[in-house]
Amino acid sequence: MQGLLPYLINGVSVGGQYALIAIGYTLVYGILRLINFAHGDVFMVAGLIMVYSSATMPIYLSIPLVLVLTVILGFTIERAAYKPLRTAPRMSVMISAIGVSYLIQNLAFYFTGGLPQPVTNPIPWISDNVTLFGESTKRVTLVTPFLTVALVFALVYLINNTKIGMGMRAVSKDFETAQLMGIRINSVISMTFVIGSFLAAVGAMLYFTNYPSVAITSGGMPGLKAFVAAVFGGIGSIPGAVVGAFLIGISEELIKGLGYSTFSDAFTFALLIVVLCVKPTGLFGEKVTDKV
Amino acid sequence: MLKIENLQVAYGGIQALRGIDLEVPDGKIVTLIGANGAGKSTTLRTISGLVKAKAGSITYDGQELLGKPINQILEAGVAQVPEGRRVFANLTVLENLKAGAYLRKDKDGIKKDIQWVYELFPRLEERSWQLAGTLSGGEQQMLAVGRGLMSRPKVLMMDEPSLGLAPLVVQGIFDIIREINKQGVTILLIEQNANMALKTADIAYVLETGRITLSGTGAELLANESVKEAYLGKKRK
Repeated sequence: MQGLLPYLINGVSVGGQYALIAIGYTLVYGILRLINFAHGDVFMVAGLIMVYSSATMPIYLSIPLVLVLTVILGFTIERAAYKPLRTAPRMSVMISAIGVSYLIQNLAFYFTGGLPQPVTNPIPWISDNVTLFGESTKRVTLVTPFLTVALVFALVYLINNTKIGMGMRAVSKDFETAQLMGIRINSVISMTFVIGSFLAAVGAMLYFTNYPSVAITSGGMPGLKAFVAAVFGGIGSIPGAVVGAFLIGISEELIKGLGYSTFSDAFTFALLIVVLCVKPTGLFGEKVTDKV
Repeated sequence: MLKIENLQVAYGGIQALRGIDLEVPDGKIVTLIGANGAGKSTTLRTISGLVKAKAGSITYDGQELLGKPINQILEAGVAQVPEGRRVFANLTVLENLKAGAYLRKDKDGIKKDIQWVYELFPRLEERSWQLAGTLSGGEQQMLAVGRGLMSRPKVLMMDEPSLGLAPLVVQGIFDIIREINKQGVTILLIEQNANMALKTADIAYVLETGRITLSGTGAELLANESVKEAYLGKKRK
């Protein structure tokens, strides 16, 4: 049992990183009913920006730059690829999302020459090694869950207690009536992309601190797993995405700890299939109780 | 005064409105009656800016509303209570009212108007912390009207407020419409319940397949033989 403890701690940390990405999926789905396939790639781009900016400028400039550029990227994707399709069938928007995903990967290929970009200057302090229960790990492992929980609380507060949050909840229920209240749905939708990209950028900085390099496909796996987490928790639900992400992160690491590393990815995707078969609305999914 | 001239609206090739003229003088209750598909909802939705018109004009106090974004039309003082209530089921009653005041920035005024709505509908105050989806149909309609009032409109347009409600509740809704009107809000009401609508209205229009075919005071149309036959279910003797 003692031997599993470091894996558990690692799992909580990985879960936190998944959670930060999963919120982006679930927020956008909650409002647009769209699976934003480009979200994992936004995460990857945030990693690349971190690599380049931290190599050339001091930390107090590079972190804000990563956040700002990633937010601009998310905002631009929505305006350029999804907004023109607002009245189009949902399938068209989804195909557009897949297109954006490939576009971003190819642009990243162009910029990086297809080579993984080494993380030469990881963010100090959180990349320091610390010893925990006799195991050496990076401090980011300990910081991640706390930072994640703090950001989630801030987000839930924003959604439940502010005017823009109320607007988001109204728009998620009924576009047209929200418009009749004078709510500008386009700014509300942009806001969800801004929040989602911001959290993905934070997630990327934490995630890639633990990795030697960022490749153009680096967004794929964490993106997919965060998506599974969002579905597992009930897509559209923020608490669901967070709980789902932590459960998946912990399960994966425990499976590794038990010596079945080969199966840890398979477990996550098997979980997706089981959830879709048994409880498609997920742990905290919207119950359909609309009165006619 | 809300004034509509030669309004034409088409969905694809289908002409929904074939050039209608309509006047809604300040302080009056104006009703638009007609069968399904006559173009009643289209008229309201075009005024609100949800539907684009092909030709014509919609002015409020001389200011052109046609082609303006929805929020500017609301700011000009024209609000709509949509058909089928459409309350935000995932928001509380109080939040629904606040959503109605989304464009306003005067916090004290909003507080006052929430109290005003609660006076009009005491039931809503009792349920202010409940999610709107848990309300009964009649209560949801009250909430939809209250929410519509929260933008402090000069003209409140209502799309079939009696739809799917019990007769007693319908009576209550019409009483409230009169009360709101007495407090200075101009009403443009769309109804299939022609009897109630004509009894309540100062001015009435009959819409048939995209054209206004009759107009007059509510009492005049109530007495009109063809209206009686078509909308009030009375046979000609």
